[in-house]
Amino acid sequence: MLRATLKSLLARKLRLVLSGLAVVLGVMFVSGSFVLTDTLSRSFDKVFGDVYALTDVGVSAAPKLDVGEMDGETAPATLPAAVVERVRAVPGVASATGLVAADGARVIGADGKVLQSFGPPRLGENWTGENELLQLRSGRGPQADDEIALNADAAARAGLAVGDSVGVLTLAPKQQFTLVGTFGYSGGRDSLGGSQEVMFTTPVAQRLMLGEPGVFTEITVTAADGVAPAELRDDIAAALGAGFQVRTGEQLAEDSAAGLQEGLSFFTRILLGFAAVALFVGIFLILNTFSIIVAQRTRELALLRALGANRRQVIGSVLVEALVIGFVAAILGLAAGVGAGAALAWAFGTFGAGGLQLAGVGLPMSAVVSAFAVGVVVTVVAAVLPAIRASRIPPVAALQEVATPDRPLTAISVAGALVTAAGGAGLALGMAQESLTLLFGGVLTVFIGVALLTPLVSRPVVGALGRLFAWSVPGRLGRLNSGRNPRRTAITAAALMVGIALVTGVTVVMDSAKSSLAAQAEDAIKAEVMISGEQTGPRPPTFDAAVLERAAAVPGVRAVAGVWNDVAEVGGELQYVNAADDLARLADVYGATAATGSLATLRPDQAVLSTDEAAERGLAVGATMTVQLAKGEERTYTVAGTYADGDLPGSILLPAAAAADFGIAQPVLGFVRLADGATVASVLPAVSALVADSPEVSAIDRSAFIEQQTAGFDQVITMIQILLGLAILIAVLGVVNTLALSVLERTRELGLLRAVGLGRAQTMRMITVEAVVIAVFGALLGVVVGAGLGWAMVEGLSSEGIDKLVLPWQQMGVYLGLAALVGVVAAVVPSIRAARLNVLGAIAHE
Amino acid sequence: MTAQSQAAAARADDVWKVYGTGEAGVTALRGVSLSVGRGRFTAIMGPSGSGKSTLMHCLAGLDTVTRGEVFVGDTRVSGLGDKALTRLRRDKIGFIFQQFNLLPTLTAEENIRLPLDIAGRKADPQWWDTVIATVGLADRLRHRPAQLSGGQQQRVACARALVGRPEVIFADEPTGNLDSRSGAEVLGFLRDSVRAHGQTIVMVTHDPVAASYADRVVFLADGALVSELDDPTAEDVLDTMKHLDVLVGAA
Repeated sequence: MLRATLKSLLARKLRLVLSGLAVVLGVMFVSGSFVLTDTLSRSFDKVFGDVYALTDVGVSAAPKLDVGEMDGETAPATLPAAVVERVRAVPGVASATGLVAADGARVIGADGKVLQSFGPPRLGENWTGENELLQLRSGRGPQADDEIALNADAAARAGLAVGDSVGVLTLAPKQQFTLVGTFGYSGGRDSLGGSQEVMFTTPVAQRLMLGEPGVFTEITVTAADGVAPAELRDDIAAALGAGFQVRTGEQLAEDSAAGLQEGLSFFTRILLGFAAVALFVGIFLILNTFSIIVAQRTRELALLRALGANRRQVIGSVLVEALVIGFVAAILGLAAGVGAGAALAWAFGTFGAGGLQLAGVGLPMSAVVSAFAVGVVVTVVAAVLPAIRASRIPPVAALQEVATPDRPLTAISVAGALVTAAGGAGLALGMAQESLTLLFGGVLTVFIGVALLTPLVSRPVVGALGRLFAWSVPGRLGRLNSGRNPRRTAITAAALMVGIALVTGVTVVMDSAKSSLAAQAEDAIKAEVMISGEQTGPRPPTFDAAVLERAAAVPGVRAVAGVWNDVAEVGGELQYVNAADDLARLADVYGATAATGSLATLRPDQAVLSTDEAAERGLAVGATMTVQLAKGEERTYTVAGTYADGDLPGSILLPAAAAADFGIAQPVLGFVRLADGATVASVLPAVSALVADSPEVSAIDRSAFIEQQTAGFDQVITMIQILLGLAILIAVLGVVNTLALSVLERTRELGLLRAVGLGRAQTMRMITVEAVVIAVFGALLGVVVGAGLGWAMVEGLSSEGIDKLVLPWQQMGVYLGLAALVGVVAAVVPSIRAARLNVLGAIAHE
Repeated sequence: MTAQSQAAAARADDVWKVYGTGEAGVTALRGVSLSVGRGRFTAIMGPSGSGKSTLMHCLAGLDTVTRGEVFVGDTRVSGLGDKALTRLRRDKIGFIFQQFNLLPTLTAEENIRLPLDIAGRKADPQWWDTVIATVGLADRLRHRPAQLSGGQQQRVACARALVGRPEVIFADEPTGNLDSRSGAEVLGFLRDSVRAHGQTIVMVTHDPVAASYADRVVFLADGALVSELDDPTAEDVLDTMKHLDVLVGAA
């Protein structure tokens, strides 16, 4: 039995390739994700290992707030210079150097724009000379207060050379420096993991990066000969007493790497989510392929049954075939995944993080295990149904013409309705309980249900779609062929549906959210001009607070209010908080009124909340909450008032005094209200001139501001479109597969058509129409299901302020158009095959 | 051109057909010359492997000849490209195969109209009615092939071949898959279309009874034309078949 299976498998190599390809792609995505994150994580481990290689012991003050990697850099706590002396006095210390290193040193490049970072920090540091890690490439280290050195990668990307005058934004407004040196790192590296490093003299670094003279963020200690780092660590800790973090170099490297791992694992989870979707689509394709295979092998299987094979053996024969395909595909997918992961890691290292030196590409166990588990399990699961169907073939079928009558669609349609309903319930429950797992499960279940309903829908819809092509004979034949096997058409189309439905659903939600927020902002914001910048990293760009005062002095301006932003620990949880320079002015400029309490200027111990935030925290006017900011001690604020969501920026507003303890104590937003009779056109140029020194922000009018603040939604849509492209690619393979097998099945028919005068071009057109009809049908289903899912989500999110349903007609049209194109592309190879058929051979084809 | 060749609906001149090359080559036709008279019902007979199907395929432009020339009407078939061959089949030739003559997705009527539709031509309504009435399918036109009996399916195929009034109809064992009664119906219908409407038909068969419906039977053995009969009876045909060995020897 096994030998018969394997022989039959090898006899149909094309089939093997087509059904295997879907699994290969899915496995590639999964194992590629693991390889990529494994490579990156080991590369970053090495970076941190190098950074701390020269440190035997590091001393720092415990940060007030430990911010996760996804929310930006942790603001360092400072150590007074006296601590350096105390450390130096500890026996066994060979040297102790005070270091300054803080995020937020933004270099202005030769093009006048701030050098961007998409994650790695932009560190401002004090120059402590060369060492084994850090080596000058050109020039020298900074010696005067107006000199800096830059790491080679940052200098190159900014287009700067030694001798150039460079503007740098720090806690202080823009200052000009002379670039006196560039430096690199051991191993010929131009940057460490993409970080930008600006070296100042120590006093300048302290003033500009920490805002305080005579303080450091860290003390790096080397041990005297024969003193073990761990021992020295304990000695220093004992000498300094409580309130300090004393760690060995190794510990420091591990701790730093651990923070990054968190970000990487988030990244892995996203990639794996998309891999799951791709595999889900792959299941449709494999299921379909095996169904066709079983249909084609009806006589062969019936003959086996007639010769005495029992049902279990028939099931076994199909499952063994699946197992072999799954296994081979897993190996190929794993190999492709390693390649893809390595290529992506290389791309990330080269383009993303400016010269991240990659650790060698490895093969993590997780990639191997997941490749085989996913490849084999998915294939076998997808083959179970066709296998059971195969076992039901009666032996007598071997003797009959292969004319399996169309089975009625009642049972499958009822099942489809039930599954869809169950999926819908899961979706609703997931939304109510805010459980992402339930939500995702619900969506997938809906897809399965709709896929089961698809054969029923396919008859009328495919018929109607096909009528568009009915003007020519090949078109009509193609249309009839696509309606011929509703189950096969349905499952092929359903595979395409999944990807397109997800993209459409996300687009509906994002567009709805974007336009709801835009409309609310349009309604809520009374200010006519804003000072703000596009956010590219974890935090929005900031500008000099003095700009606010100067803007207020511009003729035609009635009032200006500034908003500061940071992450803080509120009642024990991390969340974004804002601070206003003057709440009363902000309320006036923004156009807000209090829901409860008042929005008068806050006393230093008062805060206001949005009504939702207040409800969630169970706080009313007069209640208190504790807040730990990036710096300073934990403080208690009394709720002075509440405002409707969206009436003021953010959900927690702290007084002006709090802003001084923010990680970057500079405003992120400025709102300008015009005096009566002044126009935006007359004021904008003057305000723009004020922020000329802060290239990251600009003065813009209200509509541009709303566009800028909602730009993130479009980025999410684009990202999801790209990631779901793989699922759609697999679905296209499904269309190719179905067509190729249909052409094979209908060889004699094609021969007949050619014999009675159908030309080659007409034959190709017939196949193309069939493909286009199937693809457009799938896209139509996807758009409809996606719009439905999007609508359901928007309904569920209405309490979150998304109150407008926006259907992206244009994009939906584009998806349909693309699907038609997909159909044409998918038909190329099968139609050429069909057109090349030898007429005589085709007619005689068994 | 002689007067006779002008009257021919299809003609083979010293046609050779060799499959494969060198020592492995199999010669299916050895210098066959045949002229099919216009308005005549010609049967090609011979035992299995005699080359009768090959001859028909070459005459119909479905297969290429190794040497010699083939004409359908005035058109020289040998040397035509795929496009011209397709047009030739579409406009000048009708086909009836042994089985699998119809597209399962189309109704009987659509199947009959298929060649005309492909060519973008309209059926002559009078001729259409005549054909439909003759094949007796008026009440079955909306049926799909799966709903028709084997005989009915073959009659649909005959109607499809006839309705375009081709230069010549090639029928390859058209009754091979039918019981004798359905077969007789189809054969009678083919003969009537020759007698009443002057249609030219070439039929390949190995059944002496089927051959007896033809005006002329040519016998093929071992790839060569060895004998022929005019207006034969089934017995005449059977007799000739029995003596084919002798005839081959004589040739």
